[in-house]
Amino acid sequence: MAETMQFDLVSPERRLASLQVREVLVPGADGDMTAMPDHAPVITTLRPGVLRVNGPDGTAEYVVSGGFAEITGSGISVLAEQAIPLTEMTRAHLDEMIESARAKHEAAKETFKNEPGPVDDAAKLLADMVALGDHINV
Amino acid sequence: MPSLKDLKNRIESVKSTRKITKAMQMVAAAKLRRAQEAAEDARPYTERFNAVMAGLAASVGGSDSAPKLLGGTGSDQVHLLVVLTAERGLCGGFNSNIVRLARTHAAKLKAAGKTVKILTVGKKGRDALKRDSADLMVGHVDLSEVKRLSYADAQGIAQNVLSRFDAGEFDVATIFYSKFVNVVSQVPTAQQVIPADFPAEDGAQDSVSTVYDYEPGEEEILADLLPRGVATQIFSALLENGASEQGARMSAMDNATRNAGDMIDKLTIQFNRSRQAVITNELIEIISGAEAL
Repeated sequence: MAETMQFDLVSPERRLASLQVREVLVPGADGDMTAMPDHAPVITTLRPGVLRVNGPDGTAEYVVSGGFAEITGSGISVLAEQAIPLTEMTRAHLDEMIESARAKHEAAKETFKNEPGPVDDAAKLLADMVALGDHINV
Repeated sequence: MPSLKDLKNRIESVKSTRKITKAMQMVAAAKLRRAQEAAEDARPYTERFNAVMAGLAASVGGSDSAPKLLGGTGSDQVHLLVVLTAERGLCGGFNSNIVRLARTHAAKLKAAGKTVKILTVGKKGRDALKRDSADLMVGHVDLSEVKRLSYADAQGIAQNVLSRFDAGEFDVATIFYSKFVNVVSQVPTAQQVIPADFPAEDGAQDSVSTVYDYEPGEEEILADLLPRGVATQIFSALLENGASEQGARMSAMDNATRNAGDMIDKLTIQFNRSRQAVITNELIEIISGAEAL
C-alpha cells in the first residue's frame, strides 16, 4: 500500500498546495471524511469547514468555503471556491464570508417565497459558516 | 512649406507623444506579466473542473432528467450574447475584433429568425454596440472599478446571467472574448456556456473510465456544480481577456512608438533641409549683392 498520495488544493485564483500527504480530512457536504491512499474514487461537494492535511512534513489546515473534492486511489484534488490557510484566517475574513452567506440567504428568501429547498440550502450554508467561526475561534 | 519654427514645434510634439506611447507600452508589459500569471494560476482549477464536469455530464447528460443548464430548455429561439471587452481603448484592434465577431454572430442568428439579446461587460463593448444594436441590449456589467480581477467578479456576472436564465429570458448563452495566444496574436472566440458544453479533453478520458461514488448524489452534485461551471468559464474568459488586452495594447503602443520615431526622423530631415535652404538663400543674396557693387 502506498504510503502517501498526491494532494492538490486549488481555488479559481491560485493553486494553494500541491504535495504528497498521508491523509486528508475533508468537510464533505454529508459529513466529514478522511481520505487516505488507495481510497475508493469519490466525488463529494464540500460545506464550509476546515480541511486538515496530514503529511510527512506535519499538518496544515485550510479554511474552505465550499466547492468539491475528487478523491481517487492515487490522490485527492480539492477545488475550493475560496480557500485560506488557517494561520492567515482573520476575523475580518470570516465576517466577510458570513456576511455573503447571509446576503445569499436573504436573496433566497426573497426569490423563492414558497419553495423551501433553496431557502433551506442557503440557511444551511449560513449556519455552516457560523459554526465554522465557532470552531476555528479567531 | 512650413516655417522652421513650425517644424521645430511639430518635432517637439511628436517627441512627447513618443514618450507617452513608450511609457504606455512599458506599463502594458508589466501588466501583461501579471495578467498572464493570473491566467496561469487559474488554469489548474479550470482543467480539473472541466474534467470532472465532462465525466459527470457524460453519465447524467443522456437522461431526460438532466438539469436545464446542461440539457438546454428544449428550444434555441432566444440567444443571449455576453460580450466581454475592455474598459479602456488604445489597445489596437482588441475591442473591435471582439465586437465584430459578436456582431456577425448576431446577424447570423437574426437571419435564421432567432431573437438576440446582448449583455455587455466592459465599457468599450457597450459603446461600440450601442451604435447599431441598442435595442438588443438587455444589460451591462461595469468592471471599471475593479483593480484586480477576482473570482467574485466572475460570480457576479454569472449570477446576472443565471437569474436571467431562471426567469426564462433566453435559451442559449454564448460568451465572446479574446483568447490569448501570444503578445502579437489574440483570437476573438465565441464559447457557448448555456447549455453547458464541456470539451472532452485528454484528462476527461480517465475520469470517464473511473467509476466514482458521488456524494450526495450525481444529480445534486451536478445541480451544485453547473452554476459554478458558468462562473468558472466566465472567470477564465475574463482572465484570457485581461492578458489579451494588455498584449494587444503592448504591441499597439510598440507600433505607435516606432511610428513616432519614423516621423521624427522624417521631420528632422525636412527641418535640416529647410534650414540649409535658408542659409543657401542668404548666401546667394549676400554674394549677388556684393557682385552688384
